[in-house]
Amino acid sequence: MKSDSSIVRELEKKSYEMRLKTAIMAEEYGGGCHYGGCFSIAEVLTALYFNILNIYPENPKHPERDRVVLSAGHKDAIYCVILAEKGFVPKEWLHTYNKLDSHLGMHPDMKKIPGCDMSTGSLGHGLSVAVGMALSGKLDKSDYKVFVILGDGELQEGSIWEAAMAASHYKLDNIIVFVDRNMLEFDGETEKIMALEPLKEKWQAFGWNTKEIDGHNIREILDAYESCLEKNDKPNVIIANTTKGKGVSFMENNWKWHYGGMNSEQEEKALKELEKKINEYSM
Amino acid sequence: MAEKVNQAWTFADVARLSDREIYGKTLVSLGTTNKNIVVLGSDLMYSNRTSDFLEKFPERAFNFGVAEQNMMGAAAGFATCGKIAFVSTFAAFASMRACEQVRTDICYPNLNVKIVATHSGLTMGSGGTTHHATEDLAIVRSFANMTVIVPADAIETEKAVRAAVEQEGPVYIRLGRAAERLVFQNGYPYDFKIGRAITLKSGKDVTLIATGLEVYESIIASDILGKKGIDVGVINMHTIKPIDQETIINVAQSSKLLVTVEEHTVIGGLGSAVCEVVSEKCPVRVLRIGIPDVYTVIGSPEELKDRYGLTGVKIAEKILNIL
Repeated sequence: MKSDSSIVRELEKKSYEMRLKTAIMAEEYGGGCHYGGCFSIAEVLTALYFNILNIYPENPKHPERDRVVLSAGHKDAIYCVILAEKGFVPKEWLHTYNKLDSHLGMHPDMKKIPGCDMSTGSLGHGLSVAVGMALSGKLDKSDYKVFVILGDGELQEGSIWEAAMAASHYKLDNIIVFVDRNMLEFDGETEKIMALEPLKEKWQAFGWNTKEIDGHNIREILDAYESCLEKNDKPNVIIANTTKGKGVSFMENNWKWHYGGMNSEQEEKALKELEKKINEYSM
Repeated sequence: MAEKVNQAWTFADVARLSDREIYGKTLVSLGTTNKNIVVLGSDLMYSNRTSDFLEKFPERAFNFGVAEQNMMGAAAGFATCGKIAFVSTFAAFASMRACEQVRTDICYPNLNVKIVATHSGLTMGSGGTTHHATEDLAIVRSFANMTVIVPADAIETEKAVRAAVEQEGPVYIRLGRAAERLVFQNGYPYDFKIGRAITLKSGKDVTLIATGLEVYESIIASDILGKKGIDVGVINMHTIKPIDQETIINVAQSSKLLVTVEEHTVIGGLGSAVCEVVSEKCPVRVLRIGIPDVYTVIGSPEELKDRYGLTGVKIAEKILNIL
């Protein structure tokens, strides 16, 4: 895979387009969304869906597809926008977000969203599911990979570490985890609420290949993925250091924007900032 | 007697074996032809006899260590990839320790996972409350998409496990621990269908609707009562969900009293399921025999059955007292 500068630039721009569409969708609904986590994971999801993943929008259940488990299921708004952009989900559905009987809500439902590999929302479940998918892939001698998006607050769930132990025990080098390390959770700072550090060392101690990157730097994301392809019988975790609410000035690093809706002034300001960023990439 | 049990072993074999031993052998038999079957355990594989499968098909058997939540989640992951995942641990842990994974990861997406929970009810005896599973039916019965089966003996265990493979979606099968007494010694082979109760005996005065180990005890109770001139029927309600409404309504119309019998709390299990049907469709008096709303004490399974009124003799006494 090439990670030349034009590809990187395109993906960077795309990540802001996805943020903008997420804001438009969430404000059309009116109640907002989990802006903080959606915006901190924007580059990682954009790099995955528009560059890294082997997926088949015309055949979402293709047996050889790469799997994605959005274990931090509350990042669903931007995930839905991306699945619509890729053609898995009809774009009209975005207008139904969170409404009665919608396919799209605060957390993804695999039975309602084409291209969604697992229903999630309750934190701490996704990595175990990925272990099952990865073992199944090994059993079938398939080459697909299983990508998992974990929030950092989610790492306080004990089940994550049960799964981390199992992935390492079963040598599941087909698992690639991105930890959205934005340092904030619902009630505030992770290190004040229940400290996760030293985080990299924890994963290393569990037997994982461990990398730490700037999670808003597309090139670093692509390079980190490339390095996961060097098989050494270990599962892979990429700790993506991110800024919660990235891209909208008043949301950045503000834990109060874990979830919320904007008033009209905030909305105008947010959309303007995101549009400006997109225009800069277009120049 | 050398009657064949699905050509895999003889009736004489079955009579010697516990539910879980038959479960282990059935899994091996199924796994021989169905390569999609994977088996997951959590450091109890040699206890629940999935070790038979582990030894025969090591590449398709996975021990997750003492980590039930992870095991259930992984089972869901396997099922999304087209596998039929059999998951086994003690019933107390399958239903409670990993409860949310069962509900959210398996039942919510309606995945093809078969939970075979062993050592249910009071069968762990001196293990005490931590190892007694007296609430599991109430818990798993409340999950949409879940099918819940409690075989009466080893023969029915084999039939239930085979039926679970034939049916797409999550199934919870509740097994005991020891070599349970055979209910179907004379009636084998018979037609087992999920959701269709088996009428072992009709009676116009009282009908006992029992599940699991209590089917055998209910037969004893009906014999005791029969000698006293009371005509007592016995239904083997092997499927708790979907419950056989038709059979319940029929016996509710033909009996003066219904008695439910289960090795489970009287809250939320078979007794509740039967009451839900009759209260809406055919109101009739129902006596619920089961474990009262307490944490159970230490003792042998037989002593505990006696303590909580779940032996044939005690069941008969209780019925005589209210007639």
